[in-house]
Amino acid sequence: MTPGAVAIVGAAESSQLGLVPHTSQLQLHADAALNALADCGLSPKDIDGVACAAECPTEVAHYLGITPSWVDGTMVGGCSFLLHVRHAAAAIAEGLCSTVLITHGESGRSWVGTQAMQINQASLSGQFELPYGVLGPPTMFTVPVLRYMKDYGLTHEQLANVAVVQREWAAKNPRATHRDPITVEDVLSSKIVAWPFHVLECCLVTDGGGALVLTSAERARDFPTPPVYVLGAGESVETPMISQMNDFTSSRAFRVSGAKAFAEAGIRHADVDHLMLYDAFAHLPIYGLEDLGFVAPGEAGAFIWERHTAPGGKLPVNTNGGGLSYMHSGMYGMYALQESVRQLRGTAPAQVPNVEVSVCHGVGGMFAAAGTIVFSNQRP
Amino acid sequence: MSNNPKTLPRPTPETRHFWEGARRGELLLQQCEGCAHVYFPPRPFCPGCASREVRVIRASGRATLYSYVINHRLPKWIDAPYAIAVVELEEGPRMMTNIVDVAQTPEALELDMPLEVVFEPITADISLPKFRPARGGVR
Repeated sequence: MTPGAVAIVGAAESSQLGLVPHTSQLQLHADAALNALADCGLSPKDIDGVACAAECPTEVAHYLGITPSWVDGTMVGGCSFLLHVRHAAAAIAEGLCSTVLITHGESGRSWVGTQAMQINQASLSGQFELPYGVLGPPTMFTVPVLRYMKDYGLTHEQLANVAVVQREWAAKNPRATHRDPITVEDVLSSKIVAWPFHVLECCLVTDGGGALVLTSAERARDFPTPPVYVLGAGESVETPMISQMNDFTSSRAFRVSGAKAFAEAGIRHADVDHLMLYDAFAHLPIYGLEDLGFVAPGEAGAFIWERHTAPGGKLPVNTNGGGLSYMHSGMYGMYALQESVRQLRGTAPAQVPNVEVSVCHGVGGMFAAAGTIVFSNQRP
Repeated sequence: MSNNPKTLPRPTPETRHFWEGARRGELLLQQCEGCAHVYFPPRPFCPGCASREVRVIRASGRATLYSYVINHRLPKWIDAPYAIAVVELEEGPRMMTNIVDVAQTPEALELDMPLEVVFEPITADISLPKFRPARGGVR
């Protein structure tokens, strides 16, 4: 893909985030889509490509009155929308479609118009993980971290501090679910969910949605908002079973996806002004910083402790407050993408000065999948 | 720890030998005839080199504690916090399990501690491999 050939021209979240008990999951997709279309002055009739996860593209296209000639229902968990961006950019560059709408909507807290995932007792994880008392992400995603702590000496305080720093960003964001400052002591004295993780080290559970509109860089100049160009992108998957992750201190999917995105964009780490690292749990920004190559293995806990990712730091990370403090409907990737767009447009509540390159990195499942996008407001 | 019937394993043709072995008190792995790779979970080909020439081998049952969490958000059929662990088998593969016959506390559960397999009968067909601190009695 040629860096900068495709751009985001429309971006918006659902009208409400957090507790939205009067809106179905499908309507959250539509509400976010209508907001994103209004953002770029288009109507559903102008869209010829649809991508989404959690709901099938058929549902979303029909509901919105779209007649697509390109669809993508890639569903690999919370980073699916980053993969949609990559696939859409390739499709637009190849001429398969001209204007793609990517939607996300999730009634993750209120469960309106959705249902719990069926347990497949015959799947490999159903046979070899679920019988051991696994109960959702807090008991799976968290399993590798004690190994990381022993191998690299990461302390409980350093892990807790990830949540503390992100709360500092959330305090600047009126839309964030939690905005009151917290300390390392607050985190370590909060309720234990799955030791060594406390509730303040686990993401929120909320309702919400978001949507993006992408088109070619040539057309992007004609829209009301400054284009956010896709410079490079990567994706990968590793394993559906956390117990079978090859290295408990590093995600192969993160490394593959990140390296691909950086190489395609032709950027160095020093070029990155802003970074989003999907944080379902407090250890994820640590793995993300290391696996994307911003710091060496074992150094991320100290890097965050030294306030490099905090407000005023040299590498602002998760400036919306993240899944830990902003919102997390279950598949958070869309909200990370939205914050990258806001930072590059200069419209973020906690705006970082002079952002030209923003990297957005997402995870799917429990280190099962990854997607990475390098964005810029400058076309190379 | 009592078990939820909704999370009992349902064997497939490719994994049935593992569960039949577990019922007999044997922990079964597979090994590639071509590249000698020992692997888990079961499948009728080598995930290392894709050869279909593989055989079932019996593991020693010796393992070390690789990582774990202690779940404190308890479902109604479980009455006390319990560890969800990953062990590294002597033969190389890792598997998820529970650690039994030991306090479910960070102090009692030290990473890299030696463990040995025990089998917990759940139903007439299913016994779950679990691990306890090593006593040197396996196989």
